[in-house]
Amino acid sequence: MQNAPEKRLHKLLHSRSFWVCALLLLPFATDALLGHGWVRILDFAMLYIMLALGLNIVIGYAGLLDLGYIAFFAVGAYCYALTGSPHLATAFPLSIEGGVHWPFWVVLPFAALLAGGFGILLGAPTLRLRGDYLAIVTLGFGEIIRIFLNNLNAPVNLTNGPQGISRIDPVSIANLHLNVTQPLFGMEIPSVHLYFYLFLSFTWLVILASKRLEKSRIGRAWMAIREDEIAAAAMGINTRNLKLLAFAMGAAFGGASGALFAGFQGFVSPESFSLMESIMILCMVVLGGMGNIAGVILGGVLLAILPEMLRHSVIPLQQGLFGKIIVDPESLRMLLFGGALIVMMLYRPAGLLPSRVRRRELGSDEMAEKP
Amino acid sequence: METFLQQLINGLVQGSVYALVALGYTMVYGILGLINFAHGEVVMIGAMLAISSLNVLLGNGVSPLLALPLCAVIAMLGCMALGYGIERIAYRPLRHAPRLAPLITAIGVSIVLQNLAMMIWGRDYLPFPKFFSNNPHSFGGVIISDIQLLIFVLALTLMGLLLLLVQRTRLGRAMRAVAENQQAALLMGVDINRVISLTFMLGSALAALAGIMVSANYGLAHYYMGFLLGLKAFTAAVLGGIGNLKGAMLGGLVLGLIESLGAGYIGDLSGGFFGSNYQDVFAFFILIAVLVFRPSGLLGERIAERA
Repeated sequence: MQNAPEKRLHKLLHSRSFWVCALLLLPFATDALLGHGWVRILDFAMLYIMLALGLNIVIGYAGLLDLGYIAFFAVGAYCYALTGSPHLATAFPLSIEGGVHWPFWVVLPFAALLAGGFGILLGAPTLRLRGDYLAIVTLGFGEIIRIFLNNLNAPVNLTNGPQGISRIDPVSIANLHLNVTQPLFGMEIPSVHLYFYLFLSFTWLVILASKRLEKSRIGRAWMAIREDEIAAAAMGINTRNLKLLAFAMGAAFGGASGALFAGFQGFVSPESFSLMESIMILCMVVLGGMGNIAGVILGGVLLAILPEMLRHSVIPLQQGLFGKIIVDPESLRMLLFGGALIVMMLYRPAGLLPSRVRRRELGSDEMAEKP
Repeated sequence: METFLQQLINGLVQGSVYALVALGYTMVYGILGLINFAHGEVVMIGAMLAISSLNVLLGNGVSPLLALPLCAVIAMLGCMALGYGIERIAYRPLRHAPRLAPLITAIGVSIVLQNLAMMIWGRDYLPFPKFFSNNPHSFGGVIISDIQLLIFVLALTLMGLLLLLVQRTRLGRAMRAVAENQQAALLMGVDINRVISLTFMLGSALAALAGIMVSANYGLAHYYMGFLLGLKAFTAAVLGGIGNLKGAMLGGLVLGLIESLGAGYIGDLSGGFFGSNYQDVFAFFILIAVLVFRPSGLLGERIAERA
């Protein structure tokens, strides 16, 4: 029997308006309690959640292990960077003076579409492959994109090479510039807070889309393919097209978040899109729980915030203990991630918050496939 | 013509190293049907161990001719232990799990090894100690160094020995039996776990030697060197037909040749649009092309789809 206050708490935790208020107040609370820098970290956490949810479509729903996912993020980011900075105009004298500077609502869908196109480009030749081959090929694809971004500064300077593209327009929606503090009802809302709300609303959209997809005919078909491709094909599912769709969808989400990233950051360079980033997003999906939206969000939040906490605790701790920095937090972070991947797969293969189907699939021995 | 021959030789030397690493991938794949994603890191650890032990040995006045084989033995033993450990921790508990699971643990192992190496040996390039005069021999304008010659001959010898081992010895027969059918091999009294462990150790020993060769050839080692090398060696294994030993050898040599000739000529062929900085891209394009057009590789048989 629950008593009244507990019941009320329970009700509160399940009410939508409570969560909306909490999330709206989150940047202010973080700002007041932890400082300005942490709101920025929250912004990045939101971007990572979007990426993880996008990858979740590919891995969690359709069961295709994509190790080059960051490439689509890169495509989106460079798309926004090229259209929103003077770089293109300096590289090609023919184009409009000072760059094209498309409005945000044009660039965003364009970036998503372009990334989706790249997804199809990668998927079309490789989707006949079995899971582990697909993983390696996607990994190779991610590297190819990065190598091209690094080297396409000659003979035509498209990407400006390793220096990257700077002076990118900030996101501005209906003449509201997100890079400056905006007044609202007598309050001053700083730029990082504005970006937080922007990313929050996009994350909400991605969650909504993921939820709808999961329950839809397409989502069920993806899961059927994941469970048993041959059986799915026998049931009349067009496995090739649906796998392509999963790839394109995941890539489009990646591309959209890439565009947001470029606008937020104001600068893009190839080193933001290394293999380790792909692996980090994979970790979020795997640790949180493949195929389960809440799990993936949890994984994203954990892995985006933990490294910062490590950075803030490991360095002072070591300096206090040994008087110098022995293990730098970056490699400690990766070490922990690697270890977490191993331990999770061995002891909790379905993730922290597993989806029900996935738990049945990965958890029990009698359901596991024979070698 | 001279450039062509020079690139040919560079390619063969590089390719023979790829082949050694590719053998490790292909042996494990043949027996377990699993891509040992962490194999590249084993190569890196081998190189690091060898350089460290060489430095210690040379520092204590051991003659270089003795130090080189000694450090090779140390690196091989270290890597064999590592290979055994990887199989034991990351793969054996998941032998009956879905395919995704061991692949993810393998990525985990690879990250852990990379970062451990970075903590132990640092972020900087580790120089390979120079102790024997690296004489370049010139044949009609084509230059080949002592180290390159040594690498090529040694790699070919090792491949020959491995083929002998697999085809002529009792262990080799057991390996082939397990690759053919695990259950049947078990019924015939083959200790499957032992054979799998030994396969991993064998592959890791070859990887250690390959690591020494690479670092001796370039004169340095780095904690990140295993990633690209492993990926290329995997490409070589796929190119030759994964699971097939001779295929891995052929695939390695062919990949080395394509890479070095490609890097040498791509500038001329594309009118200067692409330079040799695209060298690393070749392997990936070859990988994709092979998987699309001939997934069984050059020498492989058709692999049945495992649902």
